[in-house]
Amino acid sequence: MSRLRSLAAVVVVALVVVVAAPAPTVAETTLRVVMHSDLKIVDPIWTTAYIVRNHGYMIYDTLFAMDAKGDIKPQMVDKYEVSKDQLTYTITLRDGLLWHDGKPVTTDDCVASIKRWAAKDSMGQKLMTFVKDIQIVNPKTFKIVLNEPTGLVLGALGKPSSNVPFMMPKRVAETDPNTQISDFTGSGPFVFRKDEWKPGDKAVYVKFDKYKPRPEPPSALAGGKVVKVDRVEWKWIPDHQTAMNALIAGEVDYLEAPPHDLLPIAKADANVKLVDVNPLGNQYTFRFNALARPFDNAKVRQAVFYTFNQEDFLKAVVGDPAYYKVCKSFFPCGSPLSSPKGMEGLLESNFEKSKALLKEANYDGTPIVLMHSTDLAVLTNLAPVAKSLLEKGGFKVDMISMDWQTLVARRAKKDAPMAGGWHAFLTSWVAADILNPVMMGFMNASCDKAMFGWPCDKEIESLRDQFARETNPAKQKAIAEAVQVRETQYPTHVPLGQWYLPSPVRKNVDGIIQAPVPVFWNVTKK
Amino acid sequence: MLPYVGRRLIATIPVMAVVAIVVFMLLRLTTGDPAAIIAGDNATSQDVAAIRERLGLDRPLVEQFVIWLGRLLRGDFGESFFFKKQVSELILERVEPTLALATCTIVLTVALAIPLGILAAWRRGTWLDRIVMGFSVLGFSVPVFVIGYLLIYLFAIELAWLPVQGYQRLRDGLGGFVERLILPSVTLAVVFVALIARITRASVLEVLNADYVRTARAKGLSELPVMVRHVLRNAAVPIVTVIGVGIAVLIGGVVVTESVYSIPGLGRLTVDAVLARDYPTVQAVILVFSVVYVLINLLVDLSYTFLDPRIRY
Repeated sequence: MSRLRSLAAVVVVALVVVVAAPAPTVAETTLRVVMHSDLKIVDPIWTTAYIVRNHGYMIYDTLFAMDAKGDIKPQMVDKYEVSKDQLTYTITLRDGLLWHDGKPVTTDDCVASIKRWAAKDSMGQKLMTFVKDIQIVNPKTFKIVLNEPTGLVLGALGKPSSNVPFMMPKRVAETDPNTQISDFTGSGPFVFRKDEWKPGDKAVYVKFDKYKPRPEPPSALAGGKVVKVDRVEWKWIPDHQTAMNALIAGEVDYLEAPPHDLLPIAKADANVKLVDVNPLGNQYTFRFNALARPFDNAKVRQAVFYTFNQEDFLKAVVGDPAYYKVCKSFFPCGSPLSSPKGMEGLLESNFEKSKALLKEANYDGTPIVLMHSTDLAVLTNLAPVAKSLLEKGGFKVDMISMDWQTLVARRAKKDAPMAGGWHAFLTSWVAADILNPVMMGFMNASCDKAMFGWPCDKEIESLRDQFARETNPAKQKAIAEAVQVRETQYPTHVPLGQWYLPSPVRKNVDGIIQAPVPVFWNVTKK
Repeated sequence: MLPYVGRRLIATIPVMAVVAIVVFMLLRLTTGDPAAIIAGDNATSQDVAAIRERLGLDRPLVEQFVIWLGRLLRGDFGESFFFKKQVSELILERVEPTLALATCTIVLTVALAIPLGILAAWRRGTWLDRIVMGFSVLGFSVPVFVIGYLLIYLFAIELAWLPVQGYQRLRDGLGGFVERLILPSVTLAVVFVALIARITRASVLEVLNADYVRTARAKGLSELPVMVRHVLRNAAVPIVTVIGVGIAVLIGGVVVTESVYSIPGLGRLTVDAVLARDYPTVQAVILVFSVVYVLINLLVDLSYTFLDPRIRY
C-alpha cells in the first residue's frame, strides 16, 4: 500500500511540475494572422499561387516595387540610369543589403535571380525578348543592355504580383526553375523559420534584425519596410467561421480574406475593425475557350458582351454594394490605364441585340459547357448568374458543377466541350495582375502559347508588342485603349466588375499598409 | 492463440495489396491534375507540363504504379507533391493530434455511455430511461459541426473559459494540451455516447432477463454485484465490438471536428491532400488507416476470449 501511495505522490508531483512548467519562450510581440490559404509550397517562382507570392514578400526583397500611386520605385536599388538611346539600364544596389545568413547581396545574386524569374514569368519572358545582355560591372552594379528600347524594364522588375522577381542568393537562384527550392534564405524584412513551419497548421516569420529599410515612408510595396513586431505567425484555420470566432476571442489578430457574409459579425464586435487593405480590389472575369465551337466565332463571343451586365454578378456574389463597383473597363477602375473606351452599349443585358448577333453568326444551339466552381465562396454564385443571362440572350447552356481543382485541370484540356473539354468558366483576378495589356494573362492572344482558352489574334498581339516597346505613358494609355477596343471585336474574356474585401483586424493592431498584396512591415500590435 | 494471430496478420497482406491498387487507380481516375494545382492560376500550359514531367505524372500508369510499389516495399511512402517533405514525416507530425483527440473521445465516451446505458436498462420505462434515450436520439441527429459551433459559442466566446481553436502538443505543456482538447473531445463524443449508450442498454436488457441473473438475485446478491459481475460481463461482447468499430471510425472520421477546431491532425491532412490531389500523401494515409482498421478488428476479436471464456481461437 505504501508503495502505491509513493507512486501516486510521484505522479501528482510530476503532473504539477508539467502543468506549472513555464510556457516556451515566445517573442515579445507576435502578430497572428489567418491567411487565405495554407502555405504548402515555398518557392514563389515555381508557382504563381498567391499565398506563395505573399510568403515571398515576407522573406525576399525586390529590386523595384510599386508604390501606392502605381509608380515603380527603387527598392533594393540605390540608383539607376537609363542611357540616352534607352538601350542600357545601369542599376546600382543600396549599401548594407544582407542575406539572412549574413552574407552581402551582390549583383551576381540579382542577375541569377532575374534569369530564373524570367524563365517562368510571362512578363519576364517578354522582357527577355528585348534583352541583349546582362553585364555585371562590380558587386554592386550591373547593366541590362537591350536590343531595342522598351518601357517594360522597370514595370517587369517592379511587378507586384505573381510571379514577382524576388531576389535570391545565387546558389538558390541557380536551381532549375521547374524544381522547387529548398533553401529559404532571403534578404527581406522577415526570416522564415523552417523549423517551425508546419504545413496545415502554421508558418512562422521573425524580424530580420539586420534588414536595412529604405529611408522613405512605406507606400504600398515600396518605401521603407520597417518591421515593428518580433514575430508573425500565419495560422491556417480552414473553417471561416472558426477563424472569425478566433478573431473575436482574441486568439488571432487579423483575417486576410473571410467571406463577405461574415463581415457583419466582425463589424458588430467592439474589438474588431475592418481595414481596406487592397483598394484596387479584384475583378471578376468570364473566360472563353476560343477554340471550341461556337465560341470560335468572335461574333458569338460578342453576343455574350451584350447579354451580360456586371451588377447581377456582383449582387449575387458580394451582395453589399459597399464592396463592389461596376467597372466597364478591362483594366481595373482606379488604375492608370482604366478607360471606358469601346465599352459603350456593352454589358447592359441587351438580350435582343445578343439574339440578333447569334442569328447573324448562325448559332445552331450548341450547348455552352459552362464550368461551375462550387467550393470557393467568392466564385460559387457566378456561374448560375451567367447561365441565366446567357439563356435569356439566346444561348443554350450546360452548366457542370465541380470543385475548383477539377476546373483547373479541365480548363487546360483542348478536347471537345462535350468530351471533357469546356466552353467557358468564371474566375477572379487580383487587380494588380491585370494593370496593363502585357501583364494581363487573358489578353495574351498568341494562339497555342496563350493561356487556356487559346485566343488567336494578330492585331491584339501586335498592340501588346507596341505597348511593350512604348516608353511614353500617354502613348501607352492610347495603345491600351486600342487593345480594349479590339477586345470588344475579338473578345478573349469579359470583365464582370470589381469587388473588394476588407480584412477584419483586432483594434490593437495598427499600421497596416494598403497594397495589392498583404504585407506585414510597419504593422504594430499594442 | 498465437497461430491465429499469425494467420490474421498474414491475411492482412492481400487486404493491403487490394487497398493499394484500388487507392492508386481511384486517385488516377479522379479528375484533377496536381501539376495544374501546383503551378497556380496564372501558369501557362508549358509550366504545367514541366511540373507534370518533374513529378513523373507523364509516365504510363503501370510504370507509376510499379515505381510507387517498389518504394512502398522498401518502406518509403515517397515525397509529398506539395509539402516538399517525406510523406512518412508528414504523417508522423499529424498522428499526435488525432491520436490525442481519439483517445480523449473514447475515454469520455466509455466513461459516460456505459453507465448511462446500464442506468437506462436498469430503470427501463422510467423518466431516466426516457432522458437517456432522448439524449441518444438527439446525439445522433445533430450534426457534429453544429454541436461544435454551439459549444464554441457558449464556452469560448460567451464564457471565455476555453480556447476557440488550435492544438498544443503535450511536450509544450499539459495545461494547454488538455484545455484545447476538451471542446473537440466533447463535440466528437456526443455521437459516440449516444451510440454506445443505446447498444449498452439493449445488451444489458437482453441479459437482465436471463435465468442466471434471476438466480443471482434469488441468492440474495445486491443489485451492484449483479449488474457488474453477471449482467455487464455477459453483455460486454456487443458493447466492445461497437467500441472497437467506434475507434476505427473515429480515427478516420475526425475530419469535421479537426476542421471546426482547427486541429492539424490526420483527418485534415487527408482532406487537404485529396483536394490538392497529392497522390503520395493520400495513398499513404489510406494505407495507414487500413492497417489501423485491421489491427483494431484483430484486437476486438482477441478481446472476446477474455470477455467470454466460451470463445476460443
